Amino acid sequence: MITLHTVSKRFGSFEAIKSVSLNIKSGEIHGIIGASGAGKSTLLRMMNLIEHPDEGEVIIDGETLNHLKGKRIRHMRQSIAMIFQGYHLVGNKTVFDNVGLPLELAKVPKKDRAKQVMESLRFVGLETLKDQYPGQLSGGQKQRVAIARAIVNQPKVLLCDEPTSSLDPNTTAEVLDVLKRINEEFGVTIVIVSHEMEVIKSVCERVTVMADGQVYEVIEIEPTGVHKMEHSAEGFVKWLRLGGDVDHA
Amino acid sequence: MPDILVEYQTEIWVSIGETFIMVGFSILAALFVGLPVGTFLFLCRKGQLLENQVAFSSLNLIVNIIRSFPFLLLVIFLIPFTRFIIGTAIGTAAATVPMTVIAIAHYSRLVEQSLLDVPKGVMEAAVSMGASIKDIIFKFLYVEARSALVLSMTTSTISFISYSTIMGVVGGGGIGDFAIRYGYQQFRTDLMIYIIIIMVVFVQFIQYAGITLARKIDKR
Repeated sequence: MITLHTVSKRFGSFEAIKSVSLNIKSGEIHGIIGASGAGKSTLLRMMNLIEHPDEGEVIIDGETLNHLKGKRIRHMRQSIAMIFQGYHLVGNKTVFDNVGLPLELAKVPKKDRAKQVMESLRFVGLETLKDQYPGQLSGGQKQRVAIARAIVNQPKVLLCDEPTSSLDPNTTAEVLDVLKRINEEFGVTIVIVSHEMEVIKSVCERVTVMADGQVYEVIEIEPTGVHKMEHSAEGFVKWLRLGGDVDHA
Repeated sequence: MPDILVEYQTEIWVSIGETFIMVGFSILAALFVGLPVGTFLFLCRKGQLLENQVAFSSLNLIVNIIRSFPFLLLVIFLIPFTRFIIGTAIGTAAATVPMTVIAIAHYSRLVEQSLLDVPKGVMEAAVSMGASIKDIIFKFLYVEARSALVLSMTTSTISFISYSTIMGVVGGGGIGDFAIRYGYQQFRTDLMIYIIIIMVVFVQFIQYAGITLARKIDKR
């Protein structure tokens, strides 16, 4: 589904991403874990080309995207939704109008939007709040509005940048549950960046462990809690340091 | 109503009309030129969507130069330009030329600063949704910054009224010029004070209207 092929990114003299290759399978929930500064957000932001790699290729659905420009890149982004730690809702628009934004951008006629927006809001359980403004909502509600906004035009992929890092444990569980249902019911491929092991373990099928702009390990988390990894000694240590379990296999 | 105001009421109304024309054109210029210029200035900044060092620096310099002129000197400096545009450098119509020039520079700077307050994340979300530059400006930036833009316009309008009092030097007229010529120069201090009171009331009203509107449309 999403393939990064030897991508690199520098910010001035700082090497944020050092020749990383990664393959995310269609329909999976893939976690990217690492300490802050490991480059995980930068890697995520390459998947919709908000961040352009200096080298390497970003391939989605067999199509190399790096060199897309203008209209085509915008069109591509409409099928790859994204949510953020800070929600990033438009404060002066109602919940309903916020969720309708992607449809508005895709030039869906106004009369056709309402039904989709309401379906999306119902999915996250916030249809009663449609006329509120984001400022009146709690953090968890804001993130659910952001999720409703992200899924309103049926994206193929949902990128999540620290989606629960500003939320308390209960709200985190609610948000993760919504993400899981999106994956199960619509088959949306989900990539979650987080520094919290609990978040990653509770929803992800595979986890990429990052440190210093490199990928150290890709770990499969089986439903039984058994992890398979082709551990490099280093990758194993990084995984443990981030709070990961010891390999039971 | 004081007798002196009644005595001069025709002149006062004409002067108020002239002030309205000068300030009105300034507001229009601020809105239709200053707003786009300020938006462009903001978008050309480092780290913004249209990041362009050359465009930003040159536009920034022009805005700064216009705003550094003592306004009286700008009016005089622009006389050849005014004559070229209007055909004469004297009168209310001619006076609108320097007024619009300063209005554009003034409001564009305030627009740029208002837009800086829009959270970067909102812009990032817009980009991630596949919004075009036009969409980002009208569906995100202006929506989030609308209160600040209204307050900036309020501040600008009050400055325009102040600037307009100088336009007497090129026969632009206006209420401020009336106060100077009839009140100060003809030693009718009471008349001058009455005019000042009218202007104070006027400015208070604009400030109140601006703040009320800004508060009403701010849902954040």
